[in-house]
Amino acid sequence: MTVQTGDQAPPPSAEELLNRPPTLGQRVHAVLHRQPALSPAIVLVLACVAFGLLNDRFFRLENLSLVAQQVAVVGSLAAGQTLIILTAGIDLSIGAVMVLASLVMSKLAFDEGLPGVPALLVGAAIAVAAETVNGLLVTQIKLPPFIVTLGTLSVFTAITLIYAQGQTVSLPPGAFLLWSGKTVSIGSLHLTNGVLMMIALYGVIGFALRYTAWGRHLYAVGDDLEAASLTGISVKRVLLSAYMVAGLATAVAAWILVGRVGGGDPNSGLNANLESITAVVIGGTSLFGGRGVVLGSLIGAFIVQVFDNGLALAGYDPNYQVLAVGLLVIAAVSVDQWIRSVRA
Amino acid sequence: MTGMTGTPVLEAKGLVKVFGRVVGLDDVDLALHSGEVLGVIGDNGAGKSTLIKCLSGALVPDAGEIFVDGRPVTFKRPQDAREAGIETVYQTLAVAPAMDIASNLFLAREIRRKGPLGSVLRMLDTREMRHQAREHINRLGIRTLQNINQAVETLSGGQRQAVAVARAGAFGSKVVILDEPTAALGVRETGQVLNLVRDLRDQGLAVILISHNMPNVFEVADRIQIQRLGARVGVVTPKTHSMAEAVAIMTGAQELGP
Repeated sequence: MTVQTGDQAPPPSAEELLNRPPTLGQRVHAVLHRQPALSPAIVLVLACVAFGLLNDRFFRLENLSLVAQQVAVVGSLAAGQTLIILTAGIDLSIGAVMVLASLVMSKLAFDEGLPGVPALLVGAAIAVAAETVNGLLVTQIKLPPFIVTLGTLSVFTAITLIYAQGQTVSLPPGAFLLWSGKTVSIGSLHLTNGVLMMIALYGVIGFALRYTAWGRHLYAVGDDLEAASLTGISVKRVLLSAYMVAGLATAVAAWILVGRVGGGDPNSGLNANLESITAVVIGGTSLFGGRGVVLGSLIGAFIVQVFDNGLALAGYDPNYQVLAVGLLVIAAVSVDQWIRSVRA
Repeated sequence: MTGMTGTPVLEAKGLVKVFGRVVGLDDVDLALHSGEVLGVIGDNGAGKSTLIKCLSGALVPDAGEIFVDGRPVTFKRPQDAREAGIETVYQTLAVAPAMDIASNLFLAREIRRKGPLGSVLRMLDTREMRHQAREHINRLGIRTLQNINQAVETLSGGQRQAVAVARAGAFGSKVVILDEPTAALGVRETGQVLNLVRDLRDQGLAVILISHNMPNVFEVADRIQIQRLGARVGVVTPKTHSMAEAVAIMTGAQELGP
């Protein structure tokens, strides 16, 4: 044993180690943990700055309007997809449901001569009914959402193609259903009614998730289903309602799609299923459920579109956008894994 | 011991529960009075969990009766027991890890805003819930929970247990049932939880403590119900019986004396 000399500091006690100030990494972790939409928001801002530097046309209001119009369909779909992913589920069929609903709306209005409003309502009811089928299979037969929607993806796609009989429907200009594609100009910002509908949809879903008991229960079910059930939350009802509200969001997306393509096209929105999931994941919502905000999905949808638009303006091969989005998805899931790793 | 006279706050008579060909509960009685801690001990398969699940509404017994304050009741779901003033802290704690302490306390019993914001828009009164959560935690004397806006997943095991106990203590007007509350805890945190159990009792609640940990049970329980193979084999007190005797009765090595 040597005698400790005075200039040697004693080893720190556990109490001191506990109370040491958090490292930069821990602080970043804590902030991201509270604000899941922060990292996608930073990515979006950085991407906009970069594309603005590459081509100054990027920041023109005409160009930003175009980006917003292109986001509207997938953005609305992503709002619905967010609800399902928050319950630790996934919906591979949501895009197929949207195309089916858009075709029903257009065909009823054009082929059957139904007035616009009832055609819209029937199409919307089809979207809600289709998502209710998904929800019932998940809650009542207790199948994993991935498998359920993989199956219904084929089913709804097939129904769409059979119903369309290889035809596309072009609605005459001035048809009520095309209202969603009508331009709304604010100065030189040319938005469409569809863009405003999408923003309203995010407002409503964001409010419900944040400020109502339903929203809290949705998070709790996605966070820990068993625990939610033991606290007295009616898990089945919450899950089913998530699919039904997602069906409503899909109906909104279908109407916006009708406005964009000018009618019903069975081959439109082919990638919408995966694009909606991409937007949600890039937007910081955890695929494991219970974590995320719907605003993140809107940011995620914008990121994808901004890369598409910005790279094209900068004169790059469009395939670089696909590459960039792929890398962003992997980065987003990695960040989520890091955020979820918390220790006491 | 106090409160042993008068009507029990919670009483069960002749509870039977059968799972397929396995007997979970075989004609089990239980009586619980306000202001007492009743320990329930028994080996695996003794029917401890089945018994408390019947009392908390998670299981419906095949036969037998349950009384709250002497009135017969039927619990079809946990909500029914909760409405009768019986709260349960499950072994898994049943907390949502990503949510904060206040949100967990009010999970499934959120408070809405007053006026049209609450009745029409169904908006929650987050501020009121936080305020009440803080009050409940202070009233229960829980000092380990400082920041009620902290996510539960950032808490230690003992703190999480404290959240679950606080929820039960805040809303359980008559009975709090704790299922293996110290199983996952260290020595110091176990001590904190046992203190909470005493605090609940001192506030006049009746507590059922299910545990494998014999020293814990003997430390806080006023009476101890011993279960073996789905049946109640005896009720002892820490004053009249030693731990060794209780274990002997529990394992069937000794019958409870007269």
